[in-house]
Amino acid sequence: MSPRIKSLALSALLLLGSGSVSAYTLEEFKFDSPAQEAEFRDLIGKLRCLVCQNESLAGSQAGLAQDLRNEVYAMMRAGQPKDEILDFLVERYGDFVLYEPPLKPSTYLLWFGPFVFIGVGAFVVVRTLLGKKQAQDEPLSEAERERLQALMDPQRDAHSSDS
Amino acid sequence: MSKSLRFLLPLIVFGALVVLLVFGLGKDPTKVPSPLIDKPVPAFSLPELTDPQRRVDNDDLKGQISLVNVWASWCNSCRQEHQALMALSSQTDFQIVGLNWKDNAEDALAVLRMTGNPYAMNGYDPDNKVGIHWGVYGAPETFIVDQQGIIRYKHIGPIDRQVWEETLQPLIARLKAEE
Repeated sequence: MSPRIKSLALSALLLLGSGSVSAYTLEEFKFDSPAQEAEFRDLIGKLRCLVCQNESLAGSQAGLAQDLRNEVYAMMRAGQPKDEILDFLVERYGDFVLYEPPLKPSTYLLWFGPFVFIGVGAFVVVRTLLGKKQAQDEPLSEAERERLQALMDPQRDAHSSDS
Repeated sequence: MSKSLRFLLPLIVFGALVVLLVFGLGKDPTKVPSPLIDKPVPAFSLPELTDPQRRVDNDDLKGQISLVNVWASWCNSCRQEHQALMALSSQTDFQIVGLNWKDNAEDALAVLRMTGNPYAMNGYDPDNKVGIHWGVYGAPETFIVDQQGIIRYKHIGPIDRQVWEETLQPLIARLKAEE
């Protein structure tokens, strides 16, 4: 084999290889309609790959993600509604398999915590501002006025002696 | 609000936050708690690894305590764990059942031939058909199943001396006492 043909063959091989890597997700799945494909994409985008936890099933190349994609696909083709498919996975892997945690008593703090913090923050800000205004408006008592005068008098003397 | 409380409050809030964060840091995020605890073993039936004519199913996990160990020949920590399982296989309080996961029979059998076979039986699950139902997401994982076929505990990662002595052994002793 001449070097030229060799390199051609090599690049063809590399091309093939890269093709198979990028085509791992949806090429192998066949859909009846674009709507069904969109639903499948939506579904696997909502599910977390448990091996590589910051990837969804849609984005992960892990073997487990592939298995779960196949399972989701099979259930969808069998006509199971979306909720049932999500429930199936939650029953086996727990809420963690969902990217968006469900709303239930154990997650109330997660969902409503930020609003509680905003509320507390707003309360503190309002209180502080109102408190300040009151302090400004309060006139000095007679004793305070005298004390202030006493404190300021020596200073005035010092300044006048400088000039 | 008294003056001292007003100054202490931010410190208290900060302290609470630190406690929360330290607690959060101490947890291993790769260990996902199983929702199957205290639920019956999912229905399954698999060919036996060493004898494909035989089936391993739910009935095999009833009547005695089982330690169901998810393993594969490609899994390094499983090899590390293998010796611990070999040491445990002589005990009579429980049986060790293997779930050979995402593996091929030839490699799996080679491991058993070379390093010994601690398993009373082995379900062969090359395509993760049963693994998904058990919520398996890695190997090794070990489920403790009681006499009634209820999953009582799931350990993620290899079993070593510490895990055995501090967690699994006391649990099995407790289950044994329930009989």
